[in-house]
Amino acid sequence: MKKLVAIAALSLSTVLASPAWADDALYQALGQKPGLTALMDDFMLRLLADPRMQPFFKDTNQVNFKAQLVDQVCQVAGGPCTYKGADMKSAHSSMDITKTHFNALVEVLQQSMDARNIAFGTQNKLLSKLAPMHRDVITVK
Amino acid sequence: MALKNSLLALAALLALGSAQADTGKLLLTGGVSSVDGAAGGGLTPWATIGSNASETEIGATAHFTRVVTTDYGLSTYGAAVGVYDRLELSASHQDFATGITGTLLGLPGLHLKQTIVGAKVKLAGDAVLDSDSLVPQIAMGVQVKNVNAAGLEPTLATLGAKTSGLDVYVNATKLFLAQGILVNATLRATKANQNGLLGFGATLGGAHNSYRLQPEVSVAFLLRNNLAVGVEYRKMPNNLEAAGKAANLGDGLRAQDWKDIFVAWAPSKNLSLTLAYVDLGTIVPATTNKRRQTGTYLSAQVAF
Repeated sequence: MKKLVAIAALSLSTVLASPAWADDALYQALGQKPGLTALMDDFMLRLLADPRMQPFFKDTNQVNFKAQLVDQVCQVAGGPCTYKGADMKSAHSSMDITKTHFNALVEVLQQSMDARNIAFGTQNKLLSKLAPMHRDVITVK
Repeated sequence: MALKNSLLALAALLALGSAQADTGKLLLTGGVSSVDGAAGGGLTPWATIGSNASETEIGATAHFTRVVTTDYGLSTYGAAVGVYDRLELSASHQDFATGITGTLLGLPGLHLKQTIVGAKVKLAGDAVLDSDSLVPQIAMGVQVKNVNAAGLEPTLATLGAKTSGLDVYVNATKLFLAQGILVNATLRATKANQNGLLGFGATLGGAHNSYRLQPEVSVAFLLRNNLAVGVEYRKMPNNLEAAGKAANLGDGLRAQDWKDIFVAWAPSKNLSLTLAYVDLGTIVPATTNKRRQTGTYLSAQVAF
């Protein structure tokens, strides 16, 4: 009996901690892993083509960066991923990033989401999860 | 003539708008130019700081607005400067064609002209990017208004309305980003009659000369990143009604609240166009058969 309770408690805690409990509607709307991979492929190209963003990304390891972006967005969108990259503060602390730069990146992401035919409402739901990162990303205030 | 000037002003603004500027707000997030010159919606200021300038930049806007109601016409032009997304300075000039009211007062072709100089400072928050918090962007502002009522000045003097006044306001603006809904609430302390075009306060028939706190609300829905529709409500003081009664005009000087429903479109970072249907209630109902002043509002803003 004790054993049974222990197993029940254990399985309950596993279930509670499981990401399957998270609402993954946004992750689904973004097209899951394949959708995010296609989105970040497009995003990377646009970042490198945008004169405001190019200086920040020209030396970036594109393969690693895109994989990290997919994991990060997958995670914040409620998908079954874990972002293992650096936290936002330390990832950006060595760069001079203004709010203008931050907003420019948002614009480029909007262009990519438009290009991927992601609905405007879905775009805003994702942006609402990413926007608070401005506190850690912007270094020049 | 007024129409020709309006079109010329609009053309000049559109030409300026094609000039490129590389400043950093997201589209429409600085608001458009309100009728008083401050950045916000059409009828009410928001806590946003005008222009595209972000925290490390200085930017400017210029606007031209034309409002045509049942009996009146209003043309407004002005400019604003946004400094570090913290401070906004604005100046605007309003020209109000009194139409039938001027004619019936024996002043045909009378125009009321008002200058408004404003300052607004952001106190806290980020209306757009703090999307994980319910804390709005908060600002406060002042508007110094001077009206030149020309032939109507003796009448305003009889009613006990001054020709200059000061509005003080605080506002809170929040973009609910996930939902794509922007909400603004403004509380304005004012004595202005019809926004100042009919002077400030009144003394005839009892003093209506103290500051009144007037709420103003805007709600906007984002349809695309460059397109929004919304509604506004602006509570107006009714200082002149008692003075009108004392002058045997019944409720002929009664003022009512202002409302509008608008669509704002930013075809580029440097240009925004706002079209609205406005309902300004009655304005001098004594001479306009109590007609509601409804009509169109068209505004163009260029940002540098």
